[in-house]
Amino acid sequence: MTPEHPPPNADLTPHAGAATDVAPLGRTARKPPHEQTADEDRDVADWEGLAATAEFKALLKAKARFIVPATVFFIVYYFSLPLLVGYAPELMARKVLGVVNVGYLFALSQFFMAWLLAWAYVRAASRFDKMARDVIDKGGR
Amino acid sequence: MSPAVLMFLGFIAITLWITWWAARRSAGSSAFFAAGRTLKAWQNGIAVAGDYMSAASFLGIAGIIAFQGYDGFMYSVGWLVAYLTVLLIVAEPLRNAGKYTMADVLAYRLRPRPVRGMGALSTLTVSTFYMIAQMVGAGALVSLLLQGTGITYQTAVVGIGVLMIVYVVFGGMLATTWVQIVKAVLLMAGTILLSILVLAHYGFSFSSFFDAIGQVTYTNAQGQTVTQDFMTPGLRYTPPYGALDLVSLGMALIFGTAGLPHILVRFYTVPDARTARNSVVWAMLIIGTFYILTTFLGFGAATIVGRDFIAANGGNNMSAPLLAQALAGDLFFAFISAIAFATILAVVAGLTISASTSFAHDFWTNVLHGGRERREGEEVRVARVTAFFVGAISILIAILLGPNANVAFLVALAFAVAASANLPVIVLSLFWRRFNTAGAVGGLATGLVSSLVLIAMSPSIMRADAIFPLENPGILSIPLGFLGAVAGTLLKREPQAEHKFTELSVRANTGLGAERATSH
Repeated sequence: MTPEHPPPNADLTPHAGAATDVAPLGRTARKPPHEQTADEDRDVADWEGLAATAEFKALLKAKARFIVPATVFFIVYYFSLPLLVGYAPELMARKVLGVVNVGYLFALSQFFMAWLLAWAYVRAASRFDKMARDVIDKGGR
Repeated sequence: MSPAVLMFLGFIAITLWITWWAARRSAGSSAFFAAGRTLKAWQNGIAVAGDYMSAASFLGIAGIIAFQGYDGFMYSVGWLVAYLTVLLIVAEPLRNAGKYTMADVLAYRLRPRPVRGMGALSTLTVSTFYMIAQMVGAGALVSLLLQGTGITYQTAVVGIGVLMIVYVVFGGMLATTWVQIVKAVLLMAGTILLSILVLAHYGFSFSSFFDAIGQVTYTNAQGQTVTQDFMTPGLRYTPPYGALDLVSLGMALIFGTAGLPHILVRFYTVPDARTARNSVVWAMLIIGTFYILTTFLGFGAATIVGRDFIAANGGNNMSAPLLAQALAGDLFFAFISAIAFATILAVVAGLTISASTSFAHDFWTNVLHGGRERREGEEVRVARVTAFFVGAISILIAILLGPNANVAFLVALAFAVAASANLPVIVLSLFWRRFNTAGAVGGLATGLVSSLVLIAMSPSIMRADAIFPLENPGILSIPLGFLGAVAGTLLKREPQAEHKFTELSVRANTGLGAERATSH
């Protein structure tokens, strides 16, 4: 794997055994990822290459498939409340249980809608996290 | 000394101790601006909720429900739903691609100087308007709550201003965060306690509580005593423009919350995007619970205290404290008043730190000095000085305006600017490859100017002869903001911005190369 005679100026670390994870002395090679500071990390990734991987495209697609319909849904659901109250007040004032009317239940349901959607997103996002790790692993440094 | 003053002094003592503790740990930019990015999801979640639930929420919404019933409750719904925009669209990409401010994400692939300059202007505008509204409200409130203790409007405003400067200048983001956490816990405790007391008043019977809401007696504008079902819509939002105004307000909330600088900076205080996401969920649990409980606070005040009594004793903002007094006496009234004061104090501290971060990081370091600190620690020093000036100017303006200034429109204005200027450029910068510098500057400028102009022409300022009939400009200014951004973009092409989009997209979606947590 490693060359028998390293070129001059290169890493002088003995290359017996596994590939070393210590920063090379010769400064020509890249530091291993865990030794890089955030600043040095800046340009190490091959962004174009990563963006072209099947894994990254799958991640974007999976995210869009959840986020776009979820966003459309909550916007429609939320704005139907003021619109119905404004333009169908009889429906909203209809009593369901005692004085509790459709309008109150609909407004209350918005809270549970928001919580449920947040819960669903967190579940989906743990899948996105896994896919993002695959992209990073694949891209290597 | 009254119990309210004692309790408030207790809160001040705790927060000053927090500041002293944070000041000893805090070193370096990342510690000052982002609490070292080491907060846990629950901590940041509670702090986000604390930043968001201002005195306007606690006192204002209880008051609107007490006076206008169902319409007030409907108004409160949007405040939670807005967090879905933050959760689904903004929080994670922002954490992955930014460093300290909203403009970081824009500057990533656009030309940094114009974009950061406009970003800082918009951030300072939103924060200052919001802060002045809070300060004037606070001063008026305190002189009401502490009547007879010799604490005047001016003393209250100066006191709040000085404390918030101390938290931010000495304790940075870490102290500000913990002040938020303490305040949010107190606020929730007070709200839950008050709700239980309301239910206890009705023998823990929901049906008798709701029956009482069905028959609220009060004196109307014509001086007649009327009995009305407060559960029926239409007490606030009346034709011809009521529904439209509510839709417009909803738009400002749904799109503005995800553009509020003091909320956005909170997502830089956690180690990674996953924690940022979980902290939004924590915040949503707390905020949702709070707004559901406003049912008990608001309707409780309407049925137990009564609209006429509240109107005669300080007006609708006093609904929650007066309800506390009616249910559990003066000590509980003092407790709720102290919570209201703590709420205001914590929110203004959050606003101050986001304003000074943006000025120091975006304007001073990046616009004026090409992105480099000339001396170690310069950025933090500039932020501290800015915090001092932001505080001093807010105190001055609040005193000049006086306790009777109508400032409610300033909050509407802050949300409108956040929704019409900030959100369009954040979203387009994250998701549209073609987007460029001209688009960002165009979007920020159009959003900012259209919000300001429409508010100036609205009933809040022009009263009866308003040119623009709605109090909330969102329905027009948000599309204008997007339009300005798109039009600016289409003016010319910027290959560099389009090229860098790939990098931004990989970073935002995978978290590769994101800023890491620093240990103390």
